[in-house]
Amino acid sequence: MTETAKAVILHLGLIAVLFALQFVLPAYHHGNMARVMVLATYAMGYNLLFGYTGLLSLGHAMFFAAGMYGMALTVRHLGWTPPPALLAGLLSGAVLSALVGALALRTVGVAFMIVTLMFSQAAYLTILYFTTWTRGEEGFVLQQVQRVFWGIDPSDPTTRYFLALLVFATCLMLSLWLVRSGFGKVLIAIRENEDRAQMLGYDIFAHKLGAVVISGTMSATAGAVYALLFGYAGASFAGVQYSILPLLWVLLGGAGTLIGPFIGALFTFYLIDITSGYTSAYMAVVGAVLIALTLFARQGIGGEIRARVWRGLP
Amino acid sequence: MTNKTDTTRRGALKTLAAGGAAAASMPLWARYTHAQSAEPIKIGFQVHKTGIGAAYGRWYDRTTTAAAALINEAGGINGRPVEIIAEDDGTDPARGAEVVAKFANQHGCDLAFGTLFSHVVVGSAPTAGELKLPYFVVSEGHHVASGALNRWTLQPGITDVKSQVMSMAPYVVGNLGKKVTMLFPDYAFGHDHRDFFSAAVEANGGEIAALIPIPPTETSFTKYFPKIPRDTEVLYHVMVGPAVLTFVKELGEFFGPSAPAIFGFIDSLEAVDLASPGLEFLDGTYFWEGNPRYAQADQTEYDKFYREKVGVDANGASVSDPTDVSTYAHMFGCWETLYVIKAGMEAAGYSGPEDRQALVEAVEAITDMPQSNEHPQGAKLFNGKTHQVFGPQYISQVGGGKLNVVHTTSIEDTLYPDEVDYTTMSF
Repeated sequence: MTETAKAVILHLGLIAVLFALQFVLPAYHHGNMARVMVLATYAMGYNLLFGYTGLLSLGHAMFFAAGMYGMALTVRHLGWTPPPALLAGLLSGAVLSALVGALALRTVGVAFMIVTLMFSQAAYLTILYFTTWTRGEEGFVLQQVQRVFWGIDPSDPTTRYFLALLVFATCLMLSLWLVRSGFGKVLIAIRENEDRAQMLGYDIFAHKLGAVVISGTMSATAGAVYALLFGYAGASFAGVQYSILPLLWVLLGGAGTLIGPFIGALFTFYLIDITSGYTSAYMAVVGAVLIALTLFARQGIGGEIRARVWRGLP
Repeated sequence: MTNKTDTTRRGALKTLAAGGAAAASMPLWARYTHAQSAEPIKIGFQVHKTGIGAAYGRWYDRTTTAAAALINEAGGINGRPVEIIAEDDGTDPARGAEVVAKFANQHGCDLAFGTLFSHVVVGSAPTAGELKLPYFVVSEGHHVASGALNRWTLQPGITDVKSQVMSMAPYVVGNLGKKVTMLFPDYAFGHDHRDFFSAAVEANGGEIAALIPIPPTETSFTKYFPKIPRDTEVLYHVMVGPAVLTFVKELGEFFGPSAPAIFGFIDSLEAVDLASPGLEFLDGTYFWEGNPRYAQADQTEYDKFYREKVGVDANGASVSDPTDVSTYAHMFGCWETLYVIKAGMEAAGYSGPEDRQALVEAVEAITDMPQSNEHPQGAKLFNGKTHQVFGPQYISQVGGGKLNVVHTTSIEDTLYPDEVDYTTMSF
């Protein structure tokens, strides 16, 4: 079996398992899985930049929020139906990431982290500044009737699960295609050795900018879909916490692996869900797990699978 | 010693396969489980144990535990004991929604209750509505009464910010001065104060001299004080968060002894000892209080009872630790809400989750709640259409390191026209 066939089978297999889980998961975990799939989509977007291009952004919450508000504000204030509103969300993410990318990519390394963090903080404060329209930190609800489109009601648990799966599966397969494409291979080359990639004649800036835009748009997709499926938009999603979370998920799950973001998001979700039942210091537990993984499984869970089981894991 | 077991890998796989097949043949098997009538009534308590609301959460927890114990001592609800199932929402709206789903689908709770911070309420309410889980919030936000939420979300135990702010205006304009300058945080909470209070000041014959928004990330306030017009008679402040101590200190340094009358909301100083260094400047200033922190000379027997049961001393601090100051102006809401839930369940003949709709309808039918051990903060009037309760508010003046009540509003002072009729919405 070729590496490509194995990769396709693995990722289609994950999608098939998630499809099958819809029929067996108890209600609570069924709802959680829908959330995890949306959050994993966000993390996948993050991973394209961090895991595959080697650019560590500390400001991805602004892209998630751009999608969320691009979608929710057009529904709330312009009375748009979800399909064009979702497109508005995606477009917001694409435009914002192109602008931020064009400016932030003038820096490298730690400076890039700081610049993205600052842009993200500016986006967060912009949401608060326009409280009249955004309701600031309190946020606002998208009522059930505002979220129905084409006879589909995203507030129905089964519908929500399948919509989340549809978005997750689309982004997963798109990512698989991307990282195996010529463009994706150049991104990996930049991650491994930027100077050498440049010497080979590749336009580094254009490739990095492309990665920022694709990554930002995928994160915005997750934000827009989150607002659609769960009916809420609020400034906390633009806060620094939501910039750190995808980094955490990707580190735990395995940076530079396609299934890593999903594993990381799922693992973190249940780690918090279970430990918070025992102690209010549950974030300390998450921190300890992260330290342990950094010490003993530096590549994250997906990275360990790649190192020990299957070297060709995309 | 070793234990011999019959477990083999093949056997385990067979069991797993059988379990998987059973699960597959019974799709949705656990999605609609609910409590049997002999079991306790499970109340999901969405509590801010961590995050920015942790100080409030600690006291909301203590108040809720005390009220539940009292209800159980008196025979529970409809003969069934009450069990409080607490889950930390981290004062985060996304986690809040997950916690509400956990109450409904994992713990099999009859309802969810107790949320304070507005963004967590707004983030969680859609989930409560979708799961058709009665959601009793103790938030004081205007979100419920504004019609932004849904029929399953109610606020029957604490008044909302609109009625609190409005009812302050007659006293402020009539006694402290007519020209008011407002300093408020530049986000939703501050905007509510700005909009509701400035309208009420003008309706009472006063005027707004200036509106000074302060960005939420500000840590020093000196540059804003020169913007306060010289003819300001009353300074209205509603700063919250850790910067409030700096705010008060810098305000004192700026004005010295010639300050205008100062009126603020105690929200900024909940769980903060008034004797903290830097707060001396507050002496002689006025505060809104939802419930007087310090036991007053004319303390009611109901407040005495409530204070004792929750474990709060006459200074509003924990009886076991005088430095552990309570969030007394808000936490009574948990106590009173639990008694509203009790009254609603008894009126509805509540026996299990199938009666959740009847519970909401029964609470909607409640109107008057006389001052009592169940409602120690004061008599209340519940509006079933807007799902919001109305009640008296207190204005206190700082003197001798304590807050002394100088005015109590009537319920009528707090009323405003309905903005929504939830009873016309479907369940």
